[in-house]
Amino acid sequence: MIRSELIQKIAEENPHLFQRDVERIVNTIFEEITDAMARGDRVELRGFGAFSVKKRDARVGRNPRTGEAVQVEEKHVPFFKTGKLLRDRLNGKAE
Amino acid sequence: MGEKTLTRMDLSEAVFREVGLSRNESSELVEAVLAHMSDALVRGEQVKISSFGTFSVREKAARVGRNPKTGEEVPINPRRVLTFRPSHLMKDRVAAGNKR
Repeated sequence: MIRSELIQKIAEENPHLFQRDVERIVNTIFEEITDAMARGDRVELRGFGAFSVKKRDARVGRNPRTGEAVQVEEKHVPFFKTGKLLRDRLNGKAE
Repeated sequence: MGEKTLTRMDLSEAVFREVGLSRNESSELVEAVLAHMSDALVRGEQVKISSFGTFSVREKAARVGRNPKTGEEVPINPRRVLTFRPSHLMKDRVAAGNKR
């Protein structure tokens, strides 16, 4: 499933909404999650999962081609943990 | 840096502000988006949201695990797990936003 298929499904279920509003709704949801993580916030969606930011410490990396040591700065990366309900559903449990 | 936790309520509030539907309908739409994504994943489909990231379902083989406390061996059944791979755009925005 890709973004446009998701938009299509929601549009079909909501014939009273303009397609462009459905697009804005779906885009707003993903935009809001990314914005939250960019601020260092968590987004917890019970049953689905939680988005959070993890810190990766600075380290000495290596250029795999030349073997040269390079300093890699500390950085923050997005992280997703699957919610319990979804994890159970993936494995045929629950409901 | 933040440390706040956003929930469904914050997402539906954002939809409410953006589109001007009722609060009730906004929260139903947030729910519908999550439900469609979950259903696709449960069917074993990949969910690919451009410029956000990709959710994929992976099959994990059975293995023998160990209770780290007691050292006792426990069988771990084959299972399906969900992984999320953030897009480059998301990685860049999260890295830039949290930079000291």
